[in-house]
Amino acid sequence: MTTMPVLTASDVVVEYRGRPPLRAVDGVSLAIAAGEVVALVGESGCGKSSLARAVVGIERLGSGSVKFGSDEVPVLGIRRRPLALTGMQMVFQDPNSSLNPRRRVGDQIADGVRAAVLRGDAGSDPAEWLERVGLDPTAARRYPHEFSGGQKQRIAIARALAARPRMLVADEPISALDASTQTSVAALMRSLCLEAGAGMLFISHDLSVVRRIADRTLVMYCGRIVESGHTESIWQNPVHPYTRALLAAIPVPDGAGRLPITPLEADRLTWTEKIPDALERTAS
Amino acid sequence: MTRPLLTKDELEPTRLRWRRPRLRLGRWSSPLGITGAAVAVLWIIVAIIAPVIEPHDPLAQNLAILQAPGHGTLMGTDELGRDVFSRVLSGAGVTIPLALLLVVMSVLIGAVLGAIAGFFGRWVDELIMRITDLVMAFPTVILAMVIAAALGASLLNAVLAALIVSWPSYARLTRGLVLALRQSNYVVSGQLLGFSPLKSLWRDIAPNIVGPILVLASLDIGTAILLLSGLSFLGLGAKPPTAEWGSMVSDAIQNFDSWWLGLFPGLAILTIVVAFNFVGDALRDALDPKSNTLRGGGLTL
Repeated sequence: MTTMPVLTASDVVVEYRGRPPLRAVDGVSLAIAAGEVVALVGESGCGKSSLARAVVGIERLGSGSVKFGSDEVPVLGIRRRPLALTGMQMVFQDPNSSLNPRRRVGDQIADGVRAAVLRGDAGSDPAEWLERVGLDPTAARRYPHEFSGGQKQRIAIARALAARPRMLVADEPISALDASTQTSVAALMRSLCLEAGAGMLFISHDLSVVRRIADRTLVMYCGRIVESGHTESIWQNPVHPYTRALLAAIPVPDGAGRLPITPLEADRLTWTEKIPDALERTAS
Repeated sequence: MTRPLLTKDELEPTRLRWRRPRLRLGRWSSPLGITGAAVAVLWIIVAIIAPVIEPHDPLAQNLAILQAPGHGTLMGTDELGRDVFSRVLSGAGVTIPLALLLVVMSVLIGAVLGAIAGFFGRWVDELIMRITDLVMAFPTVILAMVIAAALGASLLNAVLAALIVSWPSYARLTRGLVLALRQSNYVVSGQLLGFSPLKSLWRDIAPNIVGPILVLASLDIGTAILLLSGLSFLGLGAKPPTAEWGSMVSDAIQNFDSWWLGLFPGLAILTIVVAFNFVGDALRDALDPKSNTLRGGGLTL
């Protein structure tokens, strides 16, 4: 990589207390450059969200380190977050809980604008951001409950982008949306991120969307990355058995009525194996 | 039997049917809530204008003693020849402002401490919550009695004693609400945008928790009146010449045959406590978005 990555995570471990402790993320390293969209895919409970939350600093790291540019990412606590770190924003899975129900949408986007201004970036008009995510600029005066889930997610995206982040972490931003808006929101996120020159970590379990928007893909299973690299290479020629199983589970809408292949329980054992060839795959 | 075709009248029911005139109060339109609010407002007005509308001086002992209602007085006279009606009116001016003061103060103290405990967590939380445990471990009235007795009998001391026993419930409620919201996505989003703790609390958390606190407060006004009257009844609140409902009921026990002495101040306490409870219930229904179907006077538990 020629440029310095915006986000570097090395050997991140996230553990949840309990007996025995649950190791949700088990030594994951990743680097995301500016203007690059990296997708993180995997089944439910494989540690995708834990990794995303750890990267942003919401979850405490068991070990390892996360750097935003050259700054260490601190854990989100009582203290006010350092100014530089407002350059990393997050979009959450549930659009209903990511906006303050008692404040006008425009005011909430203005918070993002203010963060950008405080950091020394250019200011902007909240209404302009609403327009950019495909909403009516007059919507700024309304409250979140007056919008649909898809619209709320667009507003949350607008607020995150109004802070002019260099890094956007999106934790399953489209899975709570209905099928008709999923692709458009995902495409919107990609174009806005590229436009702003920001890196994006896009978490999803919708592989068909990932194929469209991600430059690189990381496949996660049981807290580890089992396959990573250029999205199209992985898609055309999956090396790891887990990636193959994931891709085989995508329904094919060709009208033939074939059911996706359900993996056997016995296959799971092969999924945890480490295949060095599957990592860091390049475009062929 | 065949059903006749729809007549013109049935097709245009709105024009023909007499429409019930409706108060356009929106979410406040539960009948019990309106009744409660009306009674409460009436009492508050009485409390303000009591000195003007009293037919007699509530402290003057210039009427025939222990006279039943009807002989020139609306509610009779007490054993010292004072007009009970005037004393009930004047008692509103004593109890209601103190009860409101008590509730406002306990909300302020409780909400601030609870918010601090919930937001900052760790030892701050431990410390504040252990203090609330300490207070809540005692029965409310008994602890209030002990404090009032220790401070000496006076109405302000009774308020102080009631304040000490009543703030912890607000602290607990607020702490719970803050704790739940602290992890919510929009508070986290705010923090990611560089909100300071104070801004997080003020902008993101406070507006979303005032509802439940307000409901508890409005329900608590009744309890506060009961507690203050109760302390006065036990002789730990108002001093003798003051017309206070609790101490009036207490005095009435000496003259049990004269039913009017205890009945009217008792009814005053009853009506205002019930009224504020109705207001609190209506407020709870109105502020709870999930109770939509129950609006308009449905029964809630």
